[in-house]
Amino acid sequence: MPDELRPPPKIRARGRSFLALVLSPEPALADWLLGLDAQIARSSTFFAGKPVILDLSLLDAGTEGLAGLYPALRERGIRIIGIEGGDPSWPACAQWDWPAGFMGGRASGAVEIPEDTATATAPEAPRGSSMILEQPIRSGQTIMNPDGDIIIVGSVASGAEVTAGGSIHVYGPLRGRAIAGMNGQPDARIFAHSMQAELAAIDGYYITAEEIDPRYVQQPAQIILSNDTLVVQPLVPPTFAGRKT
Amino acid sequence: MAKVLVVTSGKGGVGKTTSTAALGAALAQTGQNVVVVDFDVGLRNLDLVMGAERRVVFDLINVIQGDAKLSQALIRDKRIETLSILPASQTRDKDALTAEGVAKVMQELREKFDWVICDSPAGIERGAQLAMYHADYAVVVTNPEVSSVRDSDRIIGMLDSTTERAKAGGKIEKYLLLTRYDPARAARGEMLRIEDVLEILSIPLLGIIPESEEVLRASNLGAPVTISSPDSPPARAYAEAARRLEGEKLEVTVPTERKGLFARLFKGRG
Repeated sequence: MPDELRPPPKIRARGRSFLALVLSPEPALADWLLGLDAQIARSSTFFAGKPVILDLSLLDAGTEGLAGLYPALRERGIRIIGIEGGDPSWPACAQWDWPAGFMGGRASGAVEIPEDTATATAPEAPRGSSMILEQPIRSGQTIMNPDGDIIIVGSVASGAEVTAGGSIHVYGPLRGRAIAGMNGQPDARIFAHSMQAELAAIDGYYITAEEIDPRYVQQPAQIILSNDTLVVQPLVPPTFAGRKT
Repeated sequence: MAKVLVVTSGKGGVGKTTSTAALGAALAQTGQNVVVVDFDVGLRNLDLVMGAERRVVFDLINVIQGDAKLSQALIRDKRIETLSILPASQTRDKDALTAEGVAKVMQELREKFDWVICDSPAGIERGAQLAMYHADYAVVVTNPEVSSVRDSDRIIGMLDSTTERAKAGGKIEKYLLLTRYDPARAARGEMLRIEDVLEILSIPLLGIIPESEEVLRASNLGAPVTISSPDSPPARAYAEAARRLEGEKLEVTVPTERKGLFARLFKGRG
């Protein structure tokens, strides 16, 4: 079929709406910027990735510091997609990279800027829910549960990595890496039905396979952190004193 | 001045990792400071072939991302003290390799070692590209089969166009390493002839490695064949290839089993 007879491909488009924030700076601009900085300090990620429209209606051509306002906002990582209430012919705005505006738009009320609370109160080491897995963990897979224990009913292959905020329990051969107590929990432990770990770490302290006593390799064992040293202990069934066999 | 060598092929399973380990060990045995670098992020094997898998703590990606210093990730071989390995990460993929990160690590390795040998992943994508980018020399590992030869031809084209040297108007020195060569099958005409491979690829021949059980045994033992059985035909072929890399002029032969007592007594009819 000759090219000119072929219909041009149909272009598909989908709609997506974002909420743009409208910032209305007030004079004196230096004070307003200080207030903005204080707000960003309390809510560091609030403006990240959000479109912002700059409303200049409270200012005029002669407002002190107007020329520096646009660069000051850009410097703070604020992405300005439109400017309204001002005029590109204002001399102070001559250097601005005046974005093409958008049409339409519906006003929606004031936006509450959330405050970061995480920094104020350090979270108490969360002992969240356990993660239970019943399939073999393959080489290259990473399993992570930052809030609690990981229980694996099966094997962990060489080259796999299991990372838990709490303890790690492997009811099978542990041949990969086990990283327990990742958020700074020295009392976390690593248990394996058959200990063959490539690397074991608790609260940042680690040992490699070579450092594990060969007597405990391929045996049921646990690894604990004691005086900043990882200790491998055999998991032996309890013996009953005085009981005759 | 350090020399950066990439061991590459395009096709998988032709013997890149085995050759990296064997050549690295052979060069280190001559007293050179050698590091072998695994670029096969996500499918690392070089640590196993080198017998270092039980000592891996940090890897190339950790160094690139600034989580570990290069000195923390380098593992020194226990048998040859001038040989080190920089392992790859098994839990990441090749997207974790950044051009800037690789450049920085290669610069640091150049300062520390005489030879930096990069084990390329199979394929022609990002991982293979980054492994070859900084190379001064390339060893193209090829089996005497049409599919392997065609893939090698493709890789040679990339070595001449997409590497740092090529972009600067220079040339990478490329050598052909013919592996898994079976003289018996060749005699029966079941394999491409050496002359045909050389004619198609037209790069100098670095060596011919015979197909051998020793190579398989060495990999499973976690020792390069040049360490585990230095007198075997493949080990001798690798050792000679390493000497050619260092500039010696040696005639390329197909090493065979050393002749036994009977063969020496009866040299044939006079």
